Amino acid sequence: MSKTATSAKASSFNGAALAQRRNVARKANSRGLCLKVRAGNTNAQKAEYIWYDGLEGQKEIMFNEMRSKTKVMQTPLPAGSTDFPMWSFDGSSTGQAEGDDSDCLLKPVFSCPDPIRGENHVLVLCEVLTPDGKPHPTNTRDRLVNILDKEINAEEPLYGFEQEYTMLGSDGRVFGWPEGGYPAPQGPFYCGAGNEAVYGRPLAEAHLDACIKAGIQVSGINAEVMPGQWEYQVGPVGPLELGDSVMISRWLLHRLGEDMGIVCTFDPKPVKGDWNGTGAHTNFSTKSMRNEGGVKAINDAVDKLSKTHEKHITQYGLGNEQRLTGLHETCDISTFRSGVADRGASIRIPRQVEIEGKGYLEDRRPSANVDPYTVAFLLLETIFSRA
Amino acid sequence: MTKGNGIAMEDVKEHTGATSVEELLKMPTPLSSTVVEYIWIDGTMENCRSKARVVTKRVTSVDQLSKWNFDGSSTGQAGGEDSEVILVPKAIYRDPFRGGQHLLCMCECEDPFGNALKTNSRRAAAKIFEDPKVKGEEPWYGIEQEYALLDAKTNWPLGWPEQGFPGPQGPYYCAVGANKISGREICDAHFKACLYAGLNISGTNGEVMPSQWEYQIGPCTGIESGDQMWISRYLLERICEMAGVVVSLDPKPIPGDWNGSGAHTNYSTKSMRADGGMAHIKKAIGKLEEKHMEHIKAYGEGNERRLTGAHETASIDAFSWGVANRGASVRVGRDTERDGKGYMEDRRPASNMDPYVVTSLIAKTTILS
Repeated sequence: MSKTATSAKASSFNGAALAQRRNVARKANSRGLCLKVRAGNTNAQKAEYIWYDGLEGQKEIMFNEMRSKTKVMQTPLPAGSTDFPMWSFDGSSTGQAEGDDSDCLLKPVFSCPDPIRGENHVLVLCEVLTPDGKPHPTNTRDRLVNILDKEINAEEPLYGFEQEYTMLGSDGRVFGWPEGGYPAPQGPFYCGAGNEAVYGRPLAEAHLDACIKAGIQVSGINAEVMPGQWEYQVGPVGPLELGDSVMISRWLLHRLGEDMGIVCTFDPKPVKGDWNGTGAHTNFSTKSMRNEGGVKAINDAVDKLSKTHEKHITQYGLGNEQRLTGLHETCDISTFRSGVADRGASIRIPRQVEIEGKGYLEDRRPSANVDPYTVAFLLLETIFSRA
Repeated sequence: MTKGNGIAMEDVKEHTGATSVEELLKMPTPLSSTVVEYIWIDGTMENCRSKARVVTKRVTSVDQLSKWNFDGSSTGQAGGEDSEVILVPKAIYRDPFRGGQHLLCMCECEDPFGNALKTNSRRAAAKIFEDPKVKGEEPWYGIEQEYALLDAKTNWPLGWPEQGFPGPQGPYYCAVGANKISGREICDAHFKACLYAGLNISGTNGEVMPSQWEYQIGPCTGIESGDQMWISRYLLERICEMAGVVVSLDPKPIPGDWNGSGAHTNYSTKSMRADGGMAHIKKAIGKLEEKHMEHIKAYGEGNERRLTGAHETASIDAFSWGVANRGASVRVGRDTERDGKGYMEDRRPASNMDPYVVTSLIAKTTILS
C-alpha cells in the first residue's frame, strides 16, 4: 500500500474517516496483510457538456444563454467524437422545464479539444431534448438538421458569420469607459492601436487563441467602431458546423471573460445615442453562386429574400429594432434594400463579386444575439424555397 | 492718532482675538485706513493683475486716489531696462473680499511720460465715448459673459468624468440636479460679489455645455461697460481661486459637439430706444455688415474655432442678421420688432474679447462712420 495512494484518497474524506482509514491500514500492514486502495484514473477526461437555454436577449443585458457542466469520462473519447453518452440536467433551473417533470436530456452532437483545460479534455456541444426524447422547443438545431436534404447538400452552402460583441465591466458599464461618462466620439477606435483607442484586447486575443486551439474555423478578429466593441468571424463553414462553431465560440468567450472580470454581451444596442450597435452580418454562398456566372444565382437569392423580409426580421434577434435605424451603417428595419458595396443596405453584394460575376452575398440584418442555427436555417429555407 | 508710543483704541472696532487664518481675515481694520486693490489688464490683454495699497484716509471718490506704478517687465508690458508702468485709477467699487470701507480700483496703464501703453485699450475707447456725437447717443451695453469651469488639476471641465465625456448636450441649459450642474455655488457667489461691489449685474444662468455658466453686466453707458466687465472678471477669478477651480474664457474650450463660449453684446442708442428706433437699428446693422471683417478681427483670439455656423453661432465668414435668429451674426429680439424700437444683439464677440475694444468699436462703426 503506497503512501501516495492513501493521500490521493484523503482529500475526499473528512477527518474522522481519514483517521479511521489510516488506523485500519496500519493495523493491516502490521499484520502483513495487503489492503488494496482503489485509486482514481489519473487519465480521466473532463468533458464539458455545453448547451444553450434559448433565452438569449430575454434576460438582463449581462446574462447570456450558454450553460455547461462537467462530466468526468473514466474512459476518454477522442475530441471530435459524437459518441459521448447522453446526459441530463435540471430544466426547471434553466427555464426549460417545470419542476414536476424537469429532467431535460443532453444529446452530444459535436465535440472538440478544450483549449482552456488542455491535455485530453474536451468540449461537448449538445442538443436539448424533452424528457420524452423529442427536440426541446428551444432546440433550434433540430430543424436545421432536417432541412439539409440532398439538393441543399449538393449545393454545398457556406457561411461566414461576423460575430460582434460588446465588453462590459463587472458593473455592467462598457469595459474601459470612463467612470460616469463617455469616451471621445466614435472615429478613432475601429481597428485601432494604442492605449487610448483599444479597450480589452487581452480577452479578444485569448478568445482567438482558444478558438484556434479548439479547432474552430475562426477566420479573424478586429476592434470595432465603438470602443469596447469587438468582432470575430467564423467561417467559411457549412450550416451545421456554423451553428456548432458559433455556439462553442460564444461559450468560450463567456468562459474566458470570467478570468478577466469582463462580461460579453450580444445586445444589439448596448448604448443608446450616437454609438454603433452590435450585429452578426452573415455571408452566404452556394456552389452555383461561387461558379462562373454565379451572380445570377445571387440575384435570384436576393429576389427571394426581398419577399421574406418580415419572416427573417422577426427571427434575426431580439431588440434588433434598436439597432436597425438606418444610421450607423444599418438599413432601417422596415425596409429591404440590396446594393453593391452598400453598407446601408439589408443585403450587400461585395464590389469584388460584382467585378468577377460570382461569389457571395452578405445579409447585414441579423443582430449579434441571433441564433446561428436559425439564421443558417432561414437563408436555406428562403433561398431554396423550402417554406 | 496719539503721538509718542501710544496707539488709539477708538479707531478700531472691538476684536476679541483670532486663532486661525480665517478669523484673522475677519478682523476689523482701522476706519482711517482704506485698502485699495489696484487692478489692471496685463500684456496678454486677457488677464487681470492686481496689488493692494493702504490709503490713510476714507475714500469715497476715485479722484482721491493717486497714481501708482508696477514692474511692467514682469507682466509683458515693458522691457527690463525701463520697466516702470504707471497705474492710473479710473473707477472704484466696494471690495467684497475685505469688506468694510475697502475698495477695488480699475486702472489703466501709461508710461512715465503719460502715454498710453500699447495694451491700454481703455484710453482709445474713452476717446470714442467722449466724442460729442457718441455721448449724445448715450450708448447702452449689456454684455452676456459666458465662461467654463475647469478642474484645477486636470484642466478638464468641472464635474466631467475622469478622462471622459458626459452625455450629449441637451439636459444642461438652466438645469437643476447633481448629474447636470457643477459649480452653481461659484456662479451664485459671483452674483453676490458683483452686487456688493456695485456692478450692474443683471442675471445669471447655467449654460448649454455642462460646467459652462453665464452672467450679464448691463445696461451700462459707454466706458462704464468695459470697467464693470473687467471688474466682474477679476471677481470671478478671485472666487474660483478660493474654490480651487480654474475659469476659462476660451471661446471653444472643448472641440467637437460642445458649445463654445461667447460674449454677446446687446447694444442700443438713444435713437434706437425712441419711437421709430427700428429704422436706426437696421441702419446700424447695415454699417456693421460693411465692417464685418474689421470687427471680427477685434472680437477675440481663437473665435474661428467657435463661429462655425453650428452650436447657435453664425459662420465667421458671413454676416447675417434676423429676428429671434440665434444662428445669425446679429439678432433682434421679438419684443424690439413688435415695439418698433429697442436694441440689437451682436452675437459675434468671443468670451475672451476685450470689452473696451468691442463696445467702442460698435459705437464708432454705428455712430461715427
